[in-house]
Amino acid sequence: MRKTLLAAGATLLLAGGPAMNPALAQQKPIKIGFVSTFSGPVAVIGNDMRNSFELALDHMGRKMGGRPVEVIYEDDGFKPEVGKQKTEKLIESDKVDFISGYIWSNVLLASIKPVVDSKTFLVIANAGPSQVAGELCSPYVFSTSWQNDQTPQAMGLYMNQKGAKSVFLIGPNYAAGKDMLAGVASTFKGKVVGQELTTWPAQLDFSAELAKAKAANPDAIFVFYPGKAGVQFLAQYAQAGLKGKIPLYTAFTIDELSLPLQKDLALGVPGAQEWVNDLPNDANKKFVADYIAKYPGHKPSFYGAQSYDAANLIASAVAATKGDLSDKEALRKAFEKANFKSVRGNFKFGNNHIPIQNFYLQDVVKDSKGDFVLKTVATIVKDNQDMFHDKCPMK
Amino acid sequence: MTLFIEQCLNGLQFGLLLFLLAAGLTLVFGIMDLVNLAHGSLYMVGAYLAATFAAWTGSFVLGAMLALVGTLLVGMAVEVVVMRRLYGRDHLDHVLGTFGLILFFDELVRLIWGAEGLSLPLPSWLNRSVTILPGFDYSAYKFAIIVVTLAVATGLYVLVMRTRVGMLIRAGASNREMVGALGVNIKLLFTLVFGLGAALAGLAGLMQAPILTVQIGMGENILIIAFVITVIGGIGSIRGAFIAALLVGFVDTLGRAFFPDLLRLVLSPNAASTAAPALSSMLIYLVMAIVLVVRPEGLFPAVRK
Repeated sequence: MRKTLLAAGATLLLAGGPAMNPALAQQKPIKIGFVSTFSGPVAVIGNDMRNSFELALDHMGRKMGGRPVEVIYEDDGFKPEVGKQKTEKLIESDKVDFISGYIWSNVLLASIKPVVDSKTFLVIANAGPSQVAGELCSPYVFSTSWQNDQTPQAMGLYMNQKGAKSVFLIGPNYAAGKDMLAGVASTFKGKVVGQELTTWPAQLDFSAELAKAKAANPDAIFVFYPGKAGVQFLAQYAQAGLKGKIPLYTAFTIDELSLPLQKDLALGVPGAQEWVNDLPNDANKKFVADYIAKYPGHKPSFYGAQSYDAANLIASAVAATKGDLSDKEALRKAFEKANFKSVRGNFKFGNNHIPIQNFYLQDVVKDSKGDFVLKTVATIVKDNQDMFHDKCPMK
Repeated sequence: MTLFIEQCLNGLQFGLLLFLLAAGLTLVFGIMDLVNLAHGSLYMVGAYLAATFAAWTGSFVLGAMLALVGTLLVGMAVEVVVMRRLYGRDHLDHVLGTFGLILFFDELVRLIWGAEGLSLPLPSWLNRSVTILPGFDYSAYKFAIIVVTLAVATGLYVLVMRTRVGMLIRAGASNREMVGALGVNIKLLFTLVFGLGAALAGLAGLMQAPILTVQIGMGENILIIAFVITVIGGIGSIRGAFIAALLVGFVDTLGRAFFPDLLRLVLSPNAASTAAPALSSMLIYLVMAIVLVVRPEGLFPAVRK
């Protein structure tokens, strides 16, 4: 009985306290929901995103616009239906002020409706399905990554530069895989001699696809396999005897998370990316150095960089409204300004809230300690805007 | 034509690898009447041990052999500690108990090796392609898998069909009680059979490791296919498992290889390339359904009382 009374009293204090004291209301924490994959084989990606998001919070003293920040991390288990459930839980039961994260395009597409319906601001930290850049664009949805097609489009341009006349495309059969292959085909000037989509994420043996690519004998093979699948693909590409015979071009297949497993198999395999760890701006130098100091033995990847930017973007909007989250219109305008120091240098949004940005050519090299690292070789395109922004009704 | 041969070899390799998994599963199911969902965990343990031992010894072959012994011991320990409590109980209890083992092994591996997964790099003499016929190259490692699994399958055949232990195993599969009543040490037999099944699963895991990566939960997807094979082949039958594994390996690989092109003849290229992966991954289940309709006991049912 005494316990019940105490609990009731405590609840009253919690519920009634801040309402009676307007000054205290300002100190109510800002709640951010973060949906990513924290279990299973691709948990390394989710962990990198969480590490980077946490590092960004450390850098801002864990406060946004003078208010403390509370982040609720939810695991989507790599499944669209789970991601949707977790998103609904964050909105309806946790009543978060902002949502961020999302690695996978199919998880995002399943989850986006409840976010937009509840008018919660969403900052996508990775996934970039074409629908969200086009007809599904929303005043409440922003991205600190890219639209899926953009990165492979840059790769297509680079393949033209290298004089490739024919290409064979291989990727996973889900929203992002289809966008990626369409992206490279849209800028590549030669002939697409074959295209294979594989069951995602179950299929990890690509021997049938590699045999077909070999038989087609193209000038180039383009591949998109994020996470562990990228490790498996590179190993099988070498085992099939294609390494050194048909050059491989990639998007999101080699990064700081997969490189320790790919090792020398990744040498000489170019990739396109909007962020590379050696981009020469102060915000990036601080991010990379502090990440390595805070998480020894780990290196940040582009997933982390985008999450770091996502935290800073949210903080910039909250700071602009001085911690007042009630005026959604003012918040949206503050978001659109993107007034923060991005780790990729200048940062600006297009009409559909997808960044207009540069894409770089990255290559794998061995550093002085014998570790494999990624480095920027060239800028492939400057200020690139996705090709779906015309379909977005926001002008 | 070379493409067709290459795809057939891929199918053969996949089928033989599946046979290693399914053989252990079908033995344990047939002889001990035990549904072992944790078979995939032993596959995972084999891969993790191989990656660890290979890194320690610096030799792929030595690491693989140590891992094989390791998985055998792990399997026998699991039998003594856990499985003995489950014999003679309802199948539902087996499913619950061995599902618990999956969670246990996944968490144990996470504690020991971390969540990132390991890689098992191949020595350079395997990490290339060899010329099998003039103008036809094939992955040296996949070819090595075919050779090793064929040797193991032959050895298993000799063991089961030509030795005294094999006789007991066959007798156990058709009538357990009678074998026990005849004074055979059934406990020891069970431990041995379970250990053998574990070692076969471990071998499959460690051979698959350089192609795929070594990661938590790697055994779960492939276990489903192994169950499909046991059902198609007839529960308890090694011969059935062999034929069914090859069938599934060929159907899966050739389906993935040629089904999309067939589909493109009738559908638009876009619709075909989207639908084909989904449909071709369904093929093996279709085969299972057809076999179940025609022969509900499987292709080669072990003789039951």
